Amino acid sequence: MTATQTALDRVTRVPGVRGALVVAAADGLVVAEQLMDGVDGQAAAALTGSLVGRLARTAESAGLRPPAFVHLRGDSGSVLAAPGPDDLVLVAVVGPDANLGLARLEMIEAAGRLA
Amino acid sequence: MRALEPWVVQPLETFLAESAARLTLLMTSSGQVVAQHGFSRSLDVMTAAALGAGIVASTDELARLMGGARFEALVHHGQRQSCMLAVFGTPRGRWIGLVVFGPETSVGIVRLFFDQMVQQLAAAAPREQPAAPMLAENFETELDASLKALFGR
Repeated sequence: MTATQTALDRVTRVPGVRGALVVAAADGLVVAEQLMDGVDGQAAAALTGSLVGRLARTAESAGLRPPAFVHLRGDSGSVLAAPGPDDLVLVAVVGPDANLGLARLEMIEAAGRLA
Repeated sequence: MRALEPWVVQPLETFLAESAARLTLLMTSSGQVVAQHGFSRSLDVMTAAALGAGIVASTDELARLMGGARFEALVHHGQRQSCMLAVFGTPRGRWIGLVVFGPETSVGIVRLFFDQMVQQLAAAAPREQPAAPMLAENFETELDASLKALFGR
């Protein structure tokens, strides 16, 4: 099993996670995905890749280090993103009942092993 | 942004706003321009349309030789700007989109909102029959009228 598949498996095992993707941040394209029906991987990859890239540039402009974890909360769930090496980003789409603490821990750990 | 047909305007404006594309050209598969954004000279737009239609024809032939279906999109990544050439169906026939974008956006974003524009164009297209093929004797007049509409002069 590749590092990418291992990362996706770890994240999607967390209760409440509806899907996970590895995204090439610069391109906003899907590298690998494990998604439930109804989750638009192309849109999640494009928009999250763009968001993480902009947040990193914003932090850099402010003299800060790039974010290690991004949590975008909505009415019916959240999008989580953990930047990894080689310009890859681990993204998870989670429902409102998800265990966010566990998801965060698993994502940061798994993102560090992407490559 | 200029368009020959008014129903193209809203979907294209939405695409331009969401994708942050620098240049956009919508044309028929024969290279006839339907709408353009970002070009300032008619010579440039006509050249880009002819080249884009030529590239699509070449990739169609390449796909045929490889025994596969037509390619949907071709992306050329550059250092300072990139180019996407995509073929899509409309109620008015097969069209080509040529999009030039910079590092302020990404190919994923451009592709995402391009696909949405294609759906919006399909929904917005009038259902009546397209105009009859252009005759050689009025080609120049039609071309002049199209250029005036696309460049406002």
